[in-house]
Amino acid sequence: MLKNWRTLQPYLLVAPQTIVLLLFLVIPILTIVAVSFWEFNGYSMTPGFTLSNYQAIFASKVYLTTYLNTFKFVGLVWFFTILIAYPVAYFLAFHVKTLRWQVILFLVCTIPFLTSNIIRMISWIPFLGREGVINKSLMALHFTDKPVEMFLFSDFAVVLAMVHLYVLFMIGPIFNSMMRIDRMLVSAAEDAGASAFQIQKEVILPLSSSGIAIGTIFIVTLVMGEFATVRLMSGGQSSSIGYLIKNQIGSLQYPLAAANAVILLIITLMLVFAILRVVDIRKEL
Amino acid sequence: MTTEVPSLDTIAASPEIKKEFSSTQGVSLRSVSKKYGAFVAVENLTLDFAAGTYCCLVGPSGCGKTTTLRMIAGHEDVTSGEVLIGDRRVSHLPPAKRDTAMMFQSYALFPHKSVWDNVDFGLKMRKAPLGERRIRVGEILDLVGLSHLSDRKPTQLSGGQQQRIALARALVTRPQVLLLDEPLSALDESLRVRMRGELRKIQQQFGMTFIQVTHGMDEAMSLSDSIVIMNQGQIEQVGTPSTIFHTPTSQFVAKFMGDNNIFQGKVARIASDTNRGDLIELDVDGIGPLFCRGHASQVGAIGACSIRADLMHLELPSAEPSPYPNSIQARITAVELTGFVTRVSLMEEKTGQELLYKVRTDEWSTSSLQEGQLIALRWSAEECVFLPS
Repeated sequence: MLKNWRTLQPYLLVAPQTIVLLLFLVIPILTIVAVSFWEFNGYSMTPGFTLSNYQAIFASKVYLTTYLNTFKFVGLVWFFTILIAYPVAYFLAFHVKTLRWQVILFLVCTIPFLTSNIIRMISWIPFLGREGVINKSLMALHFTDKPVEMFLFSDFAVVLAMVHLYVLFMIGPIFNSMMRIDRMLVSAAEDAGASAFQIQKEVILPLSSSGIAIGTIFIVTLVMGEFATVRLMSGGQSSSIGYLIKNQIGSLQYPLAAANAVILLIITLMLVFAILRVVDIRKEL
Repeated sequence: MTTEVPSLDTIAASPEIKKEFSSTQGVSLRSVSKKYGAFVAVENLTLDFAAGTYCCLVGPSGCGKTTTLRMIAGHEDVTSGEVLIGDRRVSHLPPAKRDTAMMFQSYALFPHKSVWDNVDFGLKMRKAPLGERRIRVGEILDLVGLSHLSDRKPTQLSGGQQQRIALARALVTRPQVLLLDEPLSALDESLRVRMRGELRKIQQQFGMTFIQVTHGMDEAMSLSDSIVIMNQGQIEQVGTPSTIFHTPTSQFVAKFMGDNNIFQGKVARIASDTNRGDLIELDVDGIGPLFCRGHASQVGAIGACSIRADLMHLELPSAEPSPYPNSIQARITAVELTGFVTRVSLMEEKTGQELLYKVRTDEWSTSSLQEGQLIALRWSAEECVFLPS
């Protein structure tokens, strides 16, 4: 009896986690995959097996542009988050001398994240709008006579808001990997005659690459599925796959939405695997 | 992981290579100080390291030895004073412009670069031509006997191999001065003894100037041409290993060397003797007069005398006249067999001071002395060193 209990114990211990994963991850994904093959005639769907949903997606130019647009957002947001996160993480890790201040300053970075995503996004509107702070200032300084339109409800606004929303997901991992770099390596590089730029290129950047990779995975997965920011900040003028899926769900085109979701999932997984192939992130885990 | 490390005996460095490496420049420190706020790490240090010699900076943690080394390397600014390499003033120059190279504690090899790229790093940073880089890196990897591992990453090497790569990386730019920051501390005991032999061999083969920081007196003794003992940012004593071993000049040095018995007292009498230092009678509280050699400023001065644990003679207390002027009574508290030498701990009978006596194990085993026994420790005045306060 006791022996049976011993053998059962590990299984019982993993059971809750397994059930949660099955119920809330595996089964929903399988359902989506199944639904993506159902037949859909414009107003009702019937269980079955058809590739017409996928054919419709691959044949349509609208979808292609939307996918390309999504990739553009991913690329831009990724680029700007690295551009901001790398120096910030470097400053925190190498120029702030005490752990206490490193922790305090890192917490300061997280303060904006104590408010909700939507509120942070909305707060950009009075800043960027026609009558917003930027336009008012530019006009007051006579850089321009009439308000600049491109600040709000544009791709610029979308990228700006997303960078703002997600930059911490890049700072965190890079900071983490930089903290693991032996400070002696910097001294050794200096001793060998490396310039400040060479130290970055030869030592710090390669050794924080795993952090950059993890940050990249966060950014890619977050931005690939984005719809709220795209909707709000572009004023409906720009689109992304996530937004498209949301609209299709809104109009009850479930099989099409499911097919798009499957494609999105596959692309995202491919990107993540590509990143994992290039950079070994095991040492970070 | 390979543990096999070929011996450096196999190295046959050509005369041309030797010539390229040999140092013509030493290092001088002129009134060098380093302050961190109110804390003085190094105070007014003036010191010369002769070209082509092996010098060790020794002292307890926080004595300023590493700071001194880092100031020579240029990784630390001097607060005041001047660092000279040869006759060049280098205090304002970055590390790479000083013609020094540093070998770091725990080696600081780049974990993401291969052995070859690690060694090549300094040449690459200096933008040396590719052909020259290949020749030099190949040459130095041959020299340390690890050219067959040039594609490995540092983590795939044993401690001894990593140490050699760190050495190769430091030597590849042909520095005038090699600075070593506790280079052996990451190795286990047997490898440490072997590697220090190899460091010494390389230094002698090339006639380079080596300055090493260590906290181990035995390491300093076995490696150096001269030793600098530091304490609280100041120099306690500079000398050859033999001088420091035989005649420590301060109580700190005598204590730091270990295995010295030190008695504090007051100078009672001085008998001048120009040849071997004055003969001094020291009045030690609770023990009585002890006789030693040295230079005392005046009668009545506070001082101490130090006798090495292996230079004392242990006898059964008796009324027989002894050839040794110094004699104290002590009780054996512990006997520790450490191999070749047996260490006997004792307690002075009247003052309770703890003492150490070292004797060859063979000799000890023929005696019938035991713990708890009262004995007499005797020693000559000639071997007892006076230490001023």
